[in-house]
Amino acid sequence: MAAPVKLSELPVGSRAVVREFPKGGAAFLRLREMGLLAGTPFVLVRAAPLGDPLEIQVRGYHLTLRKSEAAEIVVEPAP
Amino acid sequence: MSDDPITSAASTHSDRTISVGGGSLDVRTSSEIGGAEVPSRSVPARPPVYALVGNPNCGKSTLFNALTGLKQKVGNYPGVTVERKIGTAYSQHGQPIQIIDLPGAYSLAARSPDEAVTRDVLLGRRADTPQPDRIICIVDATNLERNLYLVHQVLDLGKPVVVVLNMMDLVVQAGLQIRLTRLQHALGIPVIPCEAVNGKGLIELKLALSRQELPLARHAWDVPAPIAPAVAELQASLHQNDGRPPLVARAEALLLLTDQDAVRVAGSAPLSARTTEILQAWKKRWEGEGVDWAGTLVNSRYEVIGRLCAEAVQPAAAIGPSPSDRIDAVVTHPVWGWVVLGVTMAALFLSIFTLAQYPMDWIDGRVTALADWLRDAMPPGDLRALLTDGVISGAGRVVEFLPQILILYFFIGLLEDTGYMARAAFIMDRVMSRVGLNGKSFIPLLSSYACAIPGIMATRTIEDRKDRLITILVAPLMSCSARLPVYLLMIAALFPTGSVPVLTKVGLMMGMYLLGTSAAFGFAWLFKRTLLKGETPVMIMELPPYRWPSLRSLALRMLERAGLFLRRAGTIILGISVVLWFLTAYPKAPAGTPPEQQIAHSFAGDVGRALEPVLRPLGFDWRIGIAIVSSFVAREVFVSATGVVFGVQTDSSGNLLPLRAALQRAVWPDGHALFTPLVCLNLMIYYVLAMQCLSTTAVVRRETNSWRWTLFQQFYLSATAWLVACAVYQIGRALGF
Repeated sequence: MAAPVKLSELPVGSRAVVREFPKGGAAFLRLREMGLLAGTPFVLVRAAPLGDPLEIQVRGYHLTLRKSEAAEIVVEPAP
Repeated sequence: MSDDPITSAASTHSDRTISVGGGSLDVRTSSEIGGAEVPSRSVPARPPVYALVGNPNCGKSTLFNALTGLKQKVGNYPGVTVERKIGTAYSQHGQPIQIIDLPGAYSLAARSPDEAVTRDVLLGRRADTPQPDRIICIVDATNLERNLYLVHQVLDLGKPVVVVLNMMDLVVQAGLQIRLTRLQHALGIPVIPCEAVNGKGLIELKLALSRQELPLARHAWDVPAPIAPAVAELQASLHQNDGRPPLVARAEALLLLTDQDAVRVAGSAPLSARTTEILQAWKKRWEGEGVDWAGTLVNSRYEVIGRLCAEAVQPAAAIGPSPSDRIDAVVTHPVWGWVVLGVTMAALFLSIFTLAQYPMDWIDGRVTALADWLRDAMPPGDLRALLTDGVISGAGRVVEFLPQILILYFFIGLLEDTGYMARAAFIMDRVMSRVGLNGKSFIPLLSSYACAIPGIMATRTIEDRKDRLITILVAPLMSCSARLPVYLLMIAALFPTGSVPVLTKVGLMMGMYLLGTSAAFGFAWLFKRTLLKGETPVMIMELPPYRWPSLRSLALRMLERAGLFLRRAGTIILGISVVLWFLTAYPKAPAGTPPEQQIAHSFAGDVGRALEPVLRPLGFDWRIGIAIVSSFVAREVFVSATGVVFGVQTDSSGNLLPLRAALQRAVWPDGHALFTPLVCLNLMIYYVLAMQCLSTTAVVRRETNSWRWTLFQQFYLSATAWLVACAVYQIGRALGF
């Protein structure tokens, strides 16, 4: 089992599984409603040309989120 | 049940009754759950009203257009700027089926005014819209899990639901398999495969919609134990105190618990005090206990959906990157991404400036011809002048905007429907975040370089209310094409032919664009920190797969926009044009005065003279004042108005030379030149910043739904223009220019 890191620290192109979400915050709730839950696998596809926001692939579709949010989501890199 | 993949026809689905599920949440009311068999809900006496709901980007508008064609009524929900569309489809037997196209939503726990309207109509909170009897849920079949989240919330309502699986062609392409019969069996309601773009599956859908009876869903869902008592208590209160039917009350109770900072919209009934009290009490208690109630509910829904999809969807065997992935590798590439963005935007502008010119000239010609014809046909007099100079020129001004609006809308529609719009927002987000906005403000602001009207109308894609308002407030600062004639006249007056290299003129022109753009960003930054303080907007956005746009949908939307503009803004523009004409035509000058002196005798002349004390610090006299007042209708009027005031007939060929000569001759009473280089420059700066466009004001009023913000915008832009122009003139004078 790989050590958990922040989503914002993942290298581009890597796969990971969500471990932990901050409890409060409407933005995080919306991310969960969009299907990014604890236990959900995803791929960090790329960062925008200026480095922010990030693009992930989750449940078969592509989703963007800013690094400021990504920095609060704990993930576990998949082998 | 056989394990047939995708293609089995949905019309084979038979009416059937449903056995009672074992969960604590079942869509049937307790009175209905009497025996093991429950009869299907019968339709009310009038034809049923359907609501069409679905996620953004799932092809909902395309399906709505395919179902209803041109039989649509488009408007706004009263009190909010959310588009309201109601259309009529016809069954195979010619029976009308009414469909309300609700705004796209990812969840009924609303995060935007659009989603709030969808939620409120479904819950029957809005007096202006009937609560739908039945619901069509359209889902993107290539992305079933996330799309079913909304369906799961909708099923809570206990209404008959028809599920449309759209984009079945892409399911095949992606190598997915959907076991339709299993999905249909698991849900217990009609599930209809469809390709809305080419009309496949429409007949089956219409057959399902015109059925007398539709089954209720098999929707047994165990509300997580720690939350169940709260749901029960809220449900009881919503039923008793807010008058909701029991099932709607339960659905609403569940939504209240996932609505974190609930978006409220005008025109929707508020909650009763008792219900709000109960909700607050539970939230407080859970916060103390550390219960993540909202998250638990979301997880629990996804668990149900996960089981459903495990049963019904055969995931694609690992295949290479999709066509969309390959396009994105270029379009969002650190280098090529900028090239693509630049080329796209350049193409957009070129086509607006070049393509729109032909129809605009044509319209201009027709309007002039009509006025000329009337001048010949009618005896001279006040009525003729009112019709030719007031009504016809006012109406012409309205229609003349249409080509630009149509072309810009065509492009914006194209960018949206192909999926590029989301990429542009993705690329530009970092830049926009510097001033506290997000990437979605980029296209509206950029469009405003052509014309602020379609730019402001395009802000509807921005979910956050404050961000949208800020974008609208600063959009008129982007130098639009109507300012070009003013810039050109002033540059011509500034530099006699051949006195400076062309590059200097171009540089000056670019300077004006730069000034407007910096002011727009500066004010956006300021408003974000003061008046419209809010959290930094998030950028949670779906990047939909690239798709071929449907020309039919694009055309329909263009027509809709044009119609809206004509109806809403057109009437205001026409009215004020007539008023302004009156101000320049009355009172009449004494007989024998040359026609070019008329304006000096009119109310507008009085206003110009009255304004002179205010304009003097800017270096403007009362004649420039008249031109400024007249051009409150539209900036380009400044050129013709200066022509009138300084006694030069401007010809339609746009030749500015005679006017330039007249301006260079104009002097103050003491004999020193009026149009010094400093004054010319100052007029340009004034027109960069000032809000001098009636059409934009009318559209801002429509889109903000508030006179307060409309007047605030007029005031802050006028004040800024005056202050900056004053500072430039005074400093310029002090420096000896």
